Amino acid sequence: MNRPLGANGVSTVAELATGTIDSVSADRLRRRYWRRHVAARVSLYLAAIVAALVCAGPFLWSAVTAFKLNRDLYNPENDPFIFNAPPTGDHVNLLFNGTPFLTFVWNTVWVGLLVVAVTLLFSLPAAYALARLNRPWSTPMAIAIFFVYLVPPSLLFLSLSRIVAGVGLQDSTWSLVLIYPTITIPVAVWLLMGFLKAIPKDIEEQAMVDGHSRVSAFVLTVIPLAFPGIVAVVVFAFVLTASEFIYALAFISPSSEKVISTGVPTELVRGDVFFWQSLQAATILVALPIAIVFNFFLKRFITGFTMGAVKG
Amino acid sequence: MTATAERQAARVPRAPARRKQPLADRESFLAKAFLLPSVVYIVALVGVPFFLAIGFSFSDVTSGDPSFNWVGLRNYRAIFHDPVFWRSLSNTVIFTVVSMVLIVVLGKVLANILVAEFRGKWFVRLAVLLPWATPVALSAIAWLWLLDNVFSPIDWMLRQIGYLGPGQDMYWLGKPGLAMTSVIAVHVWRLVPLAAVIVMAGLVSIPKDIDDAAKVDGAGFWRRMFGVTIPLTLPVIAVAGLFGAILTFTDMAVVYVLTRGGPTNSTQVLASWAFFTGIQGGDVGQGAAIALFLFPLLLAAAIAILRSVRRAETL
Repeated sequence: MNRPLGANGVSTVAELATGTIDSVSADRLRRRYWRRHVAARVSLYLAAIVAALVCAGPFLWSAVTAFKLNRDLYNPENDPFIFNAPPTGDHVNLLFNGTPFLTFVWNTVWVGLLVVAVTLLFSLPAAYALARLNRPWSTPMAIAIFFVYLVPPSLLFLSLSRIVAGVGLQDSTWSLVLIYPTITIPVAVWLLMGFLKAIPKDIEEQAMVDGHSRVSAFVLTVIPLAFPGIVAVVVFAFVLTASEFIYALAFISPSSEKVISTGVPTELVRGDVFFWQSLQAATILVALPIAIVFNFFLKRFITGFTMGAVKG
Repeated sequence: MTATAERQAARVPRAPARRKQPLADRESFLAKAFLLPSVVYIVALVGVPFFLAIGFSFSDVTSGDPSFNWVGLRNYRAIFHDPVFWRSLSNTVIFTVVSMVLIVVLGKVLANILVAEFRGKWFVRLAVLLPWATPVALSAIAWLWLLDNVFSPIDWMLRQIGYLGPGQDMYWLGKPGLAMTSVIAVHVWRLVPLAAVIVMAGLVSIPKDIDDAAKVDGAGFWRRMFGVTIPLTLPVIAVAGLFGAILTFTDMAVVYVLTRGGPTNSTQVLASWAFFTGIQGGDVGQGAAIALFLFPLLLAAAIAILRSVRRAETL
């Protein structure tokens, strides 16, 4: 990381060559740039640490709190960031054995997987059509699909809950399987378009020359090549469904049918009694795996977003 | 039909003219067939409910009596005479504007940190992604305790540094102004990572030479930031800001978990008020009328997004 030095070195050398700077002041300049470089590194690390602490602070605190005894937690004099009494696993135990938490997790997982499957089934062909089969209406259509993402659940949940009741899915987790693709398909189409455009056209043209139809060229050559992008879309769609709140709250009331995002805040609170430690344990257990998976795919999301937008 | 076929043959000379292609090869057919399922799904479950919502807002549908009776503008008159509605509307606007400004500024700063190279970057990125990756209802629950009247760890820290006396509390969610600040803070905390990711996408697409050229010309960090980076990424920053705005504007989870709109509706927003009226109060017609007020403002935001994306494309 000495690019600033090198870059500035160029002008120094140029000035040296024209004889405007003697070697002493060149040395001084070099030291000044070195100091500037060190200052930049230090402030970068400081900024990174502050950002990490502000973002992850509540989660670090949650991780400690999940193992606290009641008498430790419910004393405003105690340091909230350390164990003032010995840690206990009781509340985590309660979360798994005394609450329907595992049911919520299971519901979230199977709803998420089904929604992801439906999303891919619909959005892959749509993205291919928009990215490759150039029609005059491709660009306006792509923009229209993107805008659907901007129609919020808070506008639709009332009429959708009537529709859900109308098809007999009220209070059933299946209602979410039906409705969530409306959130995930537009985003998936947008992201996949970017990934598909990045695949060289020659490959499928070669397959077509070899006697494949357009459809089988798409299935046999394009989909395998787009696999990394597809995985990124799977992760993104899953996270979107896992964190959705309004629909899950509006459509479903029995606790056995709830998902994590509504189940945890409603079922772990009895009247005014919050199972605080168990709640914090649930938050950490859900947040950390999602964030880790997300982190692995961050680069791909970024390329997906830029390619979808810039080459659109 | 023949005319189109001829035109196509003229445009694509290598395709043998007139030979009827199998369906699986005809682009015009395939494009429609591939797109149709998605369009039908979205029209059926976004388009239809949208118009249904408009219909409900002119009806007396309740959750107890779902039969549809036209009542004209009665629901709108009712909400216009309801001070809570006006309170929610102005709260929504305040929440959105303040959050958007903070999200854009902090998102830009965060993006700049995250595109730099440094040791331990993986962990910093993980930490930064946490607020966004967590289901909002769960992170809001964590904040509910962090802002608790008696046990708030933030109050504990303030007591340690002497800002609060012993036994004193801030009542973050108990006082109207502070409750609003708290809700905004949680929104900003939650959405800044998303804005940062979007801005990062813009930052990595700036050609490195431009920045290097400015550096060779002797421009310092701030000069490059305001003279080169920000102007070049402005469209992406606009997109990030509008995403932040829309996600704050339409969200009710934070308000629902933290305050339920209280104290005395001082944090009530349109989305949460529509929920309380339409689902918990059972008055679907009035709830729909309230929720519909989200639409004109969203439309304006959507048009702004379209414009900024267009500008990004012409760069």
